Amino acid sequence: MPKVKMPRKSTLVDMTAMCDVAFLLLTFFMLATKFKPDEPVTVVTPSSINTKLLPDSDVIMLTVDKDGRVFFSMDGQPKRQKLIQDLNSQYKLNLTDKEMNNFTIGASVGTELKNLKTYLSMKPEERKKAGLEVGIPTDSANNEVAVWIEYARSAQGGNPRLQYCVKADNGTPYPKIKDILDTFKEKKIQKLNLVTNLEAPPPGTAAALARDEE
Amino acid sequence: MAEMDTSSSGGKGKHQGTKSKKQSTRVDMTPMVDLGFLLITFFMLTTTMSKPKTMDLIMPKDTKDEKEQNKVKESTALTILLGKKDRVYYYEGLAQDPNASANPDFFKATSFANKGGIRDVIIKKRDEVAKARNAKGEPEDVVVIIKADDEATYKDFVDILDEMAINRIQRYATVDISDQDKTWIRQTEAANAGGSK
Repeated sequence: MPKVKMPRKSTLVDMTAMCDVAFLLLTFFMLATKFKPDEPVTVVTPSSINTKLLPDSDVIMLTVDKDGRVFFSMDGQPKRQKLIQDLNSQYKLNLTDKEMNNFTIGASVGTELKNLKTYLSMKPEERKKAGLEVGIPTDSANNEVAVWIEYARSAQGGNPRLQYCVKADNGTPYPKIKDILDTFKEKKIQKLNLVTNLEAPPPGTAAALARDEE
Repeated sequence: MAEMDTSSSGGKGKHQGTKSKKQSTRVDMTPMVDLGFLLITFFMLTTTMSKPKTMDLIMPKDTKDEKEQNKVKESTALTILLGKKDRVYYYEGLAQDPNASANPDFFKATSFANKGGIRDVIIKKRDEVAKARNAKGEPEDVVVIIKADDEATYKDFVDILDEMAINRIQRYATVDISDQDKTWIRQTEAANAGGSK
């Protein structure tokens, strides 16, 4: 019987296809990625079954950490610039152009108005060390959150898409939330958005049944 | 000859001819693939795929005018209190009568558990009230009154609002907690602490 001769095959694999896939995925992730905006504090939001997306722009955001410190942020650099100029002239904060620019390009602020000048003159890393990040006061005697909301609203100039968002931590004490909600109420802002994570509705409940019907 | 032999074996004098070696056009792509996957991993880990969602909260206007205020019937109301450590307390009705607590079954404690927690209570009350008919013969709607104690956290608040969405409760309101409710919570907490020893 003739011997069956197995041809010796090369162990080299053609990687072109794999390379193609790898770079396709790479391109996808590069384009789809939006880096997390740097947050002053880490906030773990609670979960809810709501599926409404948080809008990317036209948002006034109040971030509350688990100790109840309130931070203010808003998108849109021209609007931020107008906001800080208004605050500067109204409260006579004597901010320099550089400090105002720091606010315009920065992320969020969480300090008392009287410390705002020192706060803005520092780099974000230094602020934490200096102990200035005490949050915006919400107590009724000195409700600066109301001031920020008021000025932010006027800086937005009657924008119809404007949304007010509250992003608070799981452990934030309720009285603090109530203070903020009351502040919004005073400003006649009834529609708020609470930022949450998504969770599935528990099976068998009315919401789950309604979703199945859709 | 103008051609240069740059191959390492050229010096050994084996290939004396001018015939150059036919080189393969294949390139080793392993490092490129390595790099590609490294970057993919990086972008996959840094990307935020799950965008945060929001929960709409529409608050009522403060109105002094009594005519505009909604009256809640005692029979259709369910009051839920949020206490510390994710405890939930509830009672039926509005408890305008301070002697209501004389009945030991009146003020009850529960939790946010999926089974046997506050959800079952809400569903039971909802279905009970749906059987009742108002003066016009229409089904009644349950009205849930939510009161959060000072020691409750934001998580409890969102969780209870979420329960409203989960159980399709149309009418609910958040109300400031009364001293009476606080007293009841303290008493229940004290009783529970005593009972567990």
